[in-house]
Amino acid sequence: MSVLPDPIEAGLAQGWHVTDCATLDQDRTLEADVVVVGSGAGGGVTAEILALSGLKVIIVEEGALKSSRDFNMRESEAYPALYQESAARKTRDKGITILQGRTVGGSTTVNWTSSFRTPDITLAYWNKQFGLKDYTPQALAPWFQMLEERLNIVDWPTDPNENNDLLRRGAARLNIPTSRIRRNVNGCWNLGYCGMGCPTNAKQSMLITTIPSALQHGARLLTHARAEKLDLRGDKAAQLDCVALDASGLAPTGRRITLRARHYVLCGGAINTPALLLRSVAPDPHGLLGKRTFLHPTVVSAGRFEQAVNGFAGAPQTVYSDHFLHTEAIDGPMGYKLEVPPLHPVLLSSVMPGYGARHAAVMGQFPHLHAMLALLRDGFHAESAGGSVALAANGAPVLDYPITPFIWDGVRRGLLTMAEIQFAAGAKSVTPVHELGEAYSSWPQARAAIGLLPFKLLLAKVMSAHVMGGCGMSDDERLGVTSSTGRYHGLANVSVHDGSLFPTSIGANPQLSIYGITARLASGLAQELSGKPAARPSRHSGASRNP
Amino acid sequence: MQTRRRSFLKIGAAGAITLAAGGALYRLANPPALPHPLALQGEAQAVLRAVIPAMLGSVLPADGAPRQAALAAATGRVLTTIHGLPLATQKEVQDLFGLLALGPARRLLAGVAGGWEHADPQQVDAFLQSWRTHSLAMLRVAYGALHDLIIGAWYADPSTWSAIGYPGPLKELLA
Repeated sequence: MSVLPDPIEAGLAQGWHVTDCATLDQDRTLEADVVVVGSGAGGGVTAEILALSGLKVIIVEEGALKSSRDFNMRESEAYPALYQESAARKTRDKGITILQGRTVGGSTTVNWTSSFRTPDITLAYWNKQFGLKDYTPQALAPWFQMLEERLNIVDWPTDPNENNDLLRRGAARLNIPTSRIRRNVNGCWNLGYCGMGCPTNAKQSMLITTIPSALQHGARLLTHARAEKLDLRGDKAAQLDCVALDASGLAPTGRRITLRARHYVLCGGAINTPALLLRSVAPDPHGLLGKRTFLHPTVVSAGRFEQAVNGFAGAPQTVYSDHFLHTEAIDGPMGYKLEVPPLHPVLLSSVMPGYGARHAAVMGQFPHLHAMLALLRDGFHAESAGGSVALAANGAPVLDYPITPFIWDGVRRGLLTMAEIQFAAGAKSVTPVHELGEAYSSWPQARAAIGLLPFKLLLAKVMSAHVMGGCGMSDDERLGVTSSTGRYHGLANVSVHDGSLFPTSIGANPQLSIYGITARLASGLAQELSGKPAARPSRHSGASRNP
Repeated sequence: MQTRRRSFLKIGAAGAITLAAGGALYRLANPPALPHPLALQGEAQAVLRAVIPAMLGSVLPADGAPRQAALAAATGRVLTTIHGLPLATQKEVQDLFGLLALGPARRLLAGVAGGWEHADPQQVDAFLQSWRTHSLAMLRVAYGALHDLIIGAWYADPSTWSAIGYPGPLKELLA
């Protein structure tokens, strides 16, 4: 455990209303003005604004409340404790591995802190295709600015680590522009373990900002509570039925929690929110619920360098390139964003193809390995309609995401680009993460070989850390199940405030898009429910500051 | 060439049917399957013990007591990893090992003669090599599960880090 002071421990000692439902020995019924399902980017922002506005809020979280005293920077403990399905959530055909948080703070507790406003071209597309007229850069700017201030999203002043700098240097030699990534940190130690929960409370995740602030203002947090079903009567939700999970988070204990509120806000992320609505048999006259789920399908290229890269050390993501998001029209061949991932043994060893002596030889080069990511911008083309969420027999969500030839074309171009940049940065060899890929020793050799690689399920490893869509917004009910104000069409007291609102992928790491957009939605909702202007959160709203 | 390709596909399809039927058969023979944490017993555990050395290869000590200890540790870590997965996924993993434990699946799909306990390492290696890039997606999926479970679990343990030059987390921060 971390030896630093733990703001969550301090808050609990002060008497925050937090119930670990794993410990319940009887069923419970609770009432509030608003029930917020999920405590990640959307749920955290929403809960704080509602609580500051004087509304009585209950936050329901399926995961556990873990904090810096628990964050020991070990993958073996972080993945089962903090991620959906031990960081091994998969699409139906197992072709894509999905990294998603399941803990208080959701994915913000384990993300890599990359903060981008929603790109202008994405908003322009939403305006044109889905009629989202008030989603302009100008209209959203004050909301992004408010959350940037709230979460200390600023330019990161420290030099990039070598893993990031190789992207910058390689791209520069090819005249490909790169920029620096802004981060939501305050007093960051530049350690590199963001993905396992910040041990120093520098990351301004929901866990240490909005959730403590909401709790400070009287909100109640239920952990190990899975939202099972909204009880819908006519056009209203009468209650939310939850089941308590045991301490491992795997099995129901048999205890049930019934929550009644004036309004229900769903913030479980783009897989769990559509699934909750499907289990609730929410109205869906046009068959859109759980459809158009986007992932930014992501592929990896590994380079070996003479010098030490030490991809495990230092802020994980500080350099990016959007060059290949702009070389084609947004609705043309798939564009991709370039970033790098932090490298730690479990994630790296699982991703690297092959086994036995070949795999061992790759791992033996660990400090010299560089990895680059191409995140493909999905959802802007007829052949990139995304995935769909359905329910397994046990009610759990299953995401079916077919990787179409159109996407494989983007994968191939992404792997080519990354290899070229890595060689330009001085790589001794480059291996596309593909079962038939080899360690190529020159760019011409890699270019020829990648050009010939067959692309099919699981040959190229495809990952995602950005799940979006499934409850897409449009005021035209034929184009989306939620309105531009986040209300679920056909239900008077149910809103969606998370990444599932997005009618396409974002084309950038989505956390700031979720923060800014849900802040506006939550402020509108707070005003409507309280009859007075919504409170404006700031960095001084709660127990959020580092000493 | 055409004929050979076609008959290969035919065997592939037969294999897929066997795989599906084998899973069902295994479940029938082992009710009630779950929700219970996975427990690998008998021949299913022998599958894991046979696959681990092939998957990990040269990172394991070459022989003697150190090798036996490393194999036992690796097996334990795989089970720990599996126990962190959702119960429905644990059931899928159990089905996979249960299926491989069945003689016909072992012979037809994996191409391993005799029991798993004394499986020829070369045959186990050939089995992994074949499933890794197999034309049937289902077998590539099964290979991927074995790969991630065994290799990921191996490198989860701090005792494996010095060999790959990973310093691990800052010790000063940990109590």
